[in-house]
Amino acid sequence: MPEAGTVTKVFARPRSLTDKHFTYCPGCDHGLLTRIIAGAIDKLGVQERTVIIAPVGCAVFAYEWFRCDGIQAAHGRAVAVATGLKRANPHLIVISYQGDGDLAAIGTAETVHAANRGEAVTVIFVNNQIYGMTGGQMAPTTLAGQRATSCPEGRDVRTMGYPLPVAEMIATLAAPAYVTRQSLHDPRHVAQATKAVEKALRYQVEGVGYSLVEVLATCPTGWKMPPAVAHQHVADVATGTFPLGDLVDRG
Amino acid sequence: MPNGKVVVDRERCKGCGLCVGVCPFGVLELSATYNSSGYPVVAVAHPEKCTGCALCALTCPDVALEVYRERAVAGPKVGSSAESPTEHR
Amino acid sequence: MADRQLMTGNEAMAEGAIRAGCRAYFGYPITPQNEILEYMAVHLPKVGGAFLQAESEVAAINMCYGAAAAGVRTMTSSSSPGVSLKMEGISYLAGADLPCVILNVARGGPGLGNIAPAQGDYFQATKGGGHGDYRLIVLAPSTAQEAAELAGLAFDLSDQYRVPALILADGMLGQMMEPVALPAQRDPASLPPKPWALTGAKGREPNYIASFALDPTVLRDLNLRRQARYREIEAREVRWEETATEDAEVLLVAYGTMGRIAKTVVRRGRDEGVKVGLLRPITLWPFPYAPLRALAERVRAVLTVELSAGQMWEDVRLAVEGRCPTPFYGEMGGVVPTPSEILREVKRHA
Repeated sequence: MPEAGTVTKVFARPRSLTDKHFTYCPGCDHGLLTRIIAGAIDKLGVQERTVIIAPVGCAVFAYEWFRCDGIQAAHGRAVAVATGLKRANPHLIVISYQGDGDLAAIGTAETVHAANRGEAVTVIFVNNQIYGMTGGQMAPTTLAGQRATSCPEGRDVRTMGYPLPVAEMIATLAAPAYVTRQSLHDPRHVAQATKAVEKALRYQVEGVGYSLVEVLATCPTGWKMPPAVAHQHVADVATGTFPLGDLVDRG
Repeated sequence: MPNGKVVVDRERCKGCGLCVGVCPFGVLELSATYNSSGYPVVAVAHPEKCTGCALCALTCPDVALEVYRERAVAGPKVGSSAESPTEHR
Repeated sequence: MADRQLMTGNEAMAEGAIRAGCRAYFGYPITPQNEILEYMAVHLPKVGGAFLQAESEVAAINMCYGAAAAGVRTMTSSSSPGVSLKMEGISYLAGADLPCVILNVARGGPGLGNIAPAQGDYFQATKGGGHGDYRLIVLAPSTAQEAAELAGLAFDLSDQYRVPALILADGMLGQMMEPVALPAQRDPASLPPKPWALTGAKGREPNYIASFALDPTVLRDLNLRRQARYREIEAREVRWEETATEDAEVLLVAYGTMGRIAKTVVRRGRDEGVKVGLLRPITLWPFPYAPLRALAERVRAVLTVELSAGQMWEDVRLAVEGRCPTPFYGEMGGVVPTPSEILREVKRHA
């Protein structure tokens, strides 16, 4: 019996992360989501059979941050690469990590058809409503009226279209096992998003099928907001266009 | 209330301040010191207030924080004994 | 399955691939290569392989990128417009040093063109096609038999050098039926291991596959290592066939379907006493520069015949380097010249 108190580590770096430093800007939710995914890999004990697919965009280095096999995909094609990996070796646990430009603009066809086939992979969709890597251009998910470098007067939905409701679109399909939209704007939502990522990954491990976890994330640099203000913006504004919650759960 | 301890990895911290905002007890503050990447680093300004709730670490985008918690079971309180912690599973 | 079968060039390539251990195929319908997709749909699942009709050629080549990364012998097939769509993915395969076999059953172009045989994709196949400094191993069969054999060779070379291999056929070869003595079945488990493949980081450090390197010196060094492999391929893997070249005065150079027609020209020409020979490149890259240069020393003319405006012709002239005249005869748009027309052209230079 210990003399004094029992010291426990209540928060440790997930084992499935490498020691590399993230290349994201200060306060960017990409890093937080990366940590959540690594934690889910740890929890399910699948680090030795997981392949991470990095997109083109700010997460282009994602394959280097996981202590898992990794591959970098062409812009928009990550889930097609995931399809090839999973079909060639169904034992692999395949995670396709994609941003909004990648998944919802240039890769829309791949996104829809992989979901429609119910590919047994996990798609993590980072919806931060902007092209971060290229300097803050309008994304398919940019909010109505939101300014970006390629819509300096704000997104005019009459000529530039509406923010694309990806989770809702994918939820109309028959094949997906789990479709959800989560957010990271406060600790309670971080905890919920963590559970959602774990469920999506568990569904792949158990062979339930395809999952899409859309995550509302911040881009403090592109939005020109301090990180805490950006989180408040997600809570107050972005969730109005992109409501949170599970849309499909066939588990 | 349990005692906690938060450890900052100065080289990972980018000084975004999200942890400062979510800490319910005012443990953390942005410091005026910088790491080798030129980021201002968060400081554990009031360690005695930490309960080990880990909200700061749950929020940190750079996994720069580790949190330990000591639960007093018997005998005198030990302020900081996180040098060889056992991992929580 | 009997080892000798009557089959189209398309089917021969598909069966040759399966027998070489291909266990993942991703394709999209386009004429005149649909029989490959359909053959794979029937026969690949029987050997435990993964077949999938993709939503586009773009998706198909990126599925190949994933399956190739998993260490499985992987193939896609298409025809000219579809191969154009695959070019970005092929550049990524080359940049990530992934083996993969791509079949182009070429048709008339540019644009939608038509579905008749053509050789207008030579530049695309041999000079890069996609972005960046890369090469494909390019093989050009002229019979269904050779198509089946080159499918196997394409996988072997692609694996050995970690360079994607492309088989450049055309609609005539793809659709033509011939008896084919099929190569032996190979067990994928007996193939050389791929320690770089993404199989899960169990008992080893993680493997990463990417064509990406932000540091210019790192990317340069990756390119230099790749270029060194290309030089090795050029030194070792040039393949060609010579017909009646010993005393030839006019040397035909033609590949694929045109190479086959040129053989008929040589036979008829010889019957008429015309000293005509043929060099038929089997590897379009690496191109048989050295053997062509040697022959150019002793002939009156090197006549290039292509179903294009003269694309391989540029490599022929690079090989000959002015040693003799290098006339060109070609057709485009899916028109195929007859042996008589070509023989008439040969006689003009004899």
